[in-house]
Amino acid sequence: MDVNLINLDMKLDSKIPSGPLAERWKHYRSTVPLVSPANKRKLEVIVVGTGLAGASAAASLAELGYKVKTFCFQDSPRRAHSIAAQGGINAAKNYQNDGDSVYRLFYDTIKGGDYRAREANVHRLAEVSASIIDQCVAQGVPFARDYGGMLDNRSFGGTQVSRTFYARGQTGQQLLLGAYSALNRQISKKQIQSFTRHEMVELVIVDGKARGIIAKNLVTGELERHSAHAVVLASGGYGNVFYLSTNAMGSNVTAAWKAHRHGAMFGNPCFTQIHPTCLPQAGEYQSKLTLMSESLRNDGRVWVPSRVEDAQAIREGRLKASDLGEDRRDYFLERKYPAFGNLVPRDVASRAAKDVCDAGHGVAPTGLAVFLDFEDAIRRLGRSTISARYGNLFEMYEKITGDNPYETPMKIYPAVHYTMGGLWVDYELMTTIPGLYAIGEANFSDHGANRLGASALMQGLADGYFVLPYTIGAYLSSEIRHAAPSVDHPSFVEAEQRALDLQNRLLAIKGKRSAESFHRALGKIMWEYCGMARSAEGLRHALGLLESLHHEFWSDVLVPGSLNSYNPELDKAHRVADFIELGRLMVWDALTREESCGGHFRVEHQTPEGEALRHDEEFAFVSAWEYHGPDKDPVMHREALNFEEVHLTQRSYK
Amino acid sequence: MENQSLRLKLRVWRQASSQAKGAFETYELAAVPVHASFLEMMDLLNEQLVREDKEPVAFDHDCREGICGMCSMYINGRAHGPQRGTTTCQLHMRHFRDGETITVEPFRAAAFPVLKDLAVNRSAFDRIQQAGGYVTVNTGNAPDGNAVPIPKTDADEAFMSAACIGCGACVAACKNASAMLFVSAKVSQYALLPQGQPEHRERVLSMVEAMDMEGFGHCTNTGACEAECPKGISVENIARLNRSYLAAQLSGGGTSAVATSD
Repeated sequence: MDVNLINLDMKLDSKIPSGPLAERWKHYRSTVPLVSPANKRKLEVIVVGTGLAGASAAASLAELGYKVKTFCFQDSPRRAHSIAAQGGINAAKNYQNDGDSVYRLFYDTIKGGDYRAREANVHRLAEVSASIIDQCVAQGVPFARDYGGMLDNRSFGGTQVSRTFYARGQTGQQLLLGAYSALNRQISKKQIQSFTRHEMVELVIVDGKARGIIAKNLVTGELERHSAHAVVLASGGYGNVFYLSTNAMGSNVTAAWKAHRHGAMFGNPCFTQIHPTCLPQAGEYQSKLTLMSESLRNDGRVWVPSRVEDAQAIREGRLKASDLGEDRRDYFLERKYPAFGNLVPRDVASRAAKDVCDAGHGVAPTGLAVFLDFEDAIRRLGRSTISARYGNLFEMYEKITGDNPYETPMKIYPAVHYTMGGLWVDYELMTTIPGLYAIGEANFSDHGANRLGASALMQGLADGYFVLPYTIGAYLSSEIRHAAPSVDHPSFVEAEQRALDLQNRLLAIKGKRSAESFHRALGKIMWEYCGMARSAEGLRHALGLLESLHHEFWSDVLVPGSLNSYNPELDKAHRVADFIELGRLMVWDALTREESCGGHFRVEHQTPEGEALRHDEEFAFVSAWEYHGPDKDPVMHREALNFEEVHLTQRSYK
Repeated sequence: MENQSLRLKLRVWRQASSQAKGAFETYELAAVPVHASFLEMMDLLNEQLVREDKEPVAFDHDCREGICGMCSMYINGRAHGPQRGTTTCQLHMRHFRDGETITVEPFRAAAFPVLKDLAVNRSAFDRIQQAGGYVTVNTGNAPDGNAVPIPKTDADEAFMSAACIGCGACVAACKNASAMLFVSAKVSQYALLPQGQPEHRERVLSMVEAMDMEGFGHCTNTGACEAECPKGISVENIARLNRSYLAAQLSGGGTSAVATSD
């Protein structure tokens, strides 16, 4: 494979401050340029996306005095997909007196990410984690409490302390509603203008700086121009490139992809997280996969029948789980990883499930499922305790499958859940386009090659509440002399024309296949060749398939309806077009990274025990890809990762 | 069971825009898998319509796991369909019979104008929240999360109120199209927590005022809202709101016109 490997570090200034790791953020905050209150009033910021990162950033920036516009494609900011996060949010509070600390959270995150994240970013994340909990409590977020009235914690995969704060199985919902309430307060004070049912369809760049967006009003179909001094993308992850994922149906990469096309580099695109505890796929008609919170692994035990014959009998309905005694069960996570057992990190648990299913031990009719069993926990703790902890998840499971998990074990299988990759950002969360920021899941920055459970909520809120409000000042302090550009500026006119042309082009194809059918086809290619196990041969094959799919799409997609109307099919087609291009970039990245790390497992690179084998000498870097056109090969830049604090070891959860 | 499928007739409300007049259209689906969700059944219908080069049915949906509150639909005369405590996205076709005719309408309320087909505009809910559904606390000035202990029962009860997903089923189910359950859930969440106390009075008055201004109807305590709420939000919240509202009015705060419940 002829890969354009260029080491252009001057293009990638990560702006990591110098000095001792634990002092960097403190020092940065004390020395970053400030913007006076009088000037903040004149500075405008656009925030695209209103999930945890976007809503918290918008509210915090507005509190500081900036004028903010928020955009979301949903009918209300409260519906962003952060709402669906179940398990919890990590914070280094050490309320449980079990030895937690900022350093330990930092260390666990770096290790959990398989040493592919920046030390300075992750340390900052751990430092601000405790303030997030305080902020949310003050907003009235009803976290779980113990009988003394203190905040309760649970443990989560990849850690040995209890540092996860939660609100039943609806932590994301409660945190998002907290951020949404802060957003609402600023809307009522007219500091924020909220645009719902709007999608960003173009980025506007004036004199090399991000100065606005073209947003599509999804109800009327009209294109609108919005200008600002800075643009913040909080548009989430791109897991829907796999079609089936735990993401919401509307989650898409379009905003981030437009930025990429305009020069924002894309970091580690192939780092995707496959979550081990999701409901298995039941049929072709399926539109998404549902996650069952990883917190279930605290009390649930994962197993498959030890004997292939038993597994087959269960698949065919001749045996039930309860027919098998302990001697006929393989608790494979407890067996393979005695130190962490069922709480190994997500990538490890997912691959282990795939391995036993590939070996014929799977338990659903498709052969692609393992049991998650609460029998022991119910016996030990009682049904009421289990119900208090997981009641809503059990109900949800029963609703979808028709099975009652109090009586019979759940069936689970890994599914695409989160994307660690995203727009490349520096320490200040700015992309390679000046004035364009990316926060939350939309950036690549803190989780390396694998994210630990309950860390997405932490990162989204850290970026929005406590990082961006400081770092954006470094840029805006030099923008006080400029008014936001007029929306009549030629750059706006051109950007709007590009967006319009694209939509007209999609409508004009009038082919035979729906956008949905292309999306499904894309998902199959990505899951097969760029999913849980990847090989050079498969990835090369995928590049060919994606190229054909790209051409078929642009010659055969059928988009009904018209331009200036409520036309979800047109919007879907637009998103699928971007996903197809992204898929290609992910495959390039996976092919280039000739090692296994975290969620990226290359079959050629594994230890004799079948664990991920990193090649630190060659691959301890962030790949940052530059776009050169839909038919041109992307160009990779490398940001070397320097580990000063943490000693790199092969991860072991045994 | 795995391969079972249903033949269905669908009567679906089609309406080109808020201004246009709507009407029912009838469609037939030959093979809907019983394990498909209601929205996946709608996907099958839309796929069929797109193939016939007809406009697909517009409907709101996003997370498809019962938490975002985006999906709506009034199915066979019930908000979110026949299964209790369930959003449309989590309703599965195994709850319907082969050969059945299913009627699908938008949530109907003056305060929720139809945008297109089954999608309605629920931004009135956002405006009510903006009127006071928050605690005034800027980022960065919060005390330690454990500084104020909150009795577990209070925290749990506040959570139960906070579990509202803002879907609007309560409004659609109510013969008066009242939003009292929605408003009272938010008011209750804060009323039950120490953090909500300082602004409690102003909050209840201004949220009720905003609700009235949006054109929602009055509450006549039929309890239809609780029965149809996919998240089991209790009408006790409405009682709590009424007490708070009365207390706030008696203590002289606020300018809201009339109490909206009797």
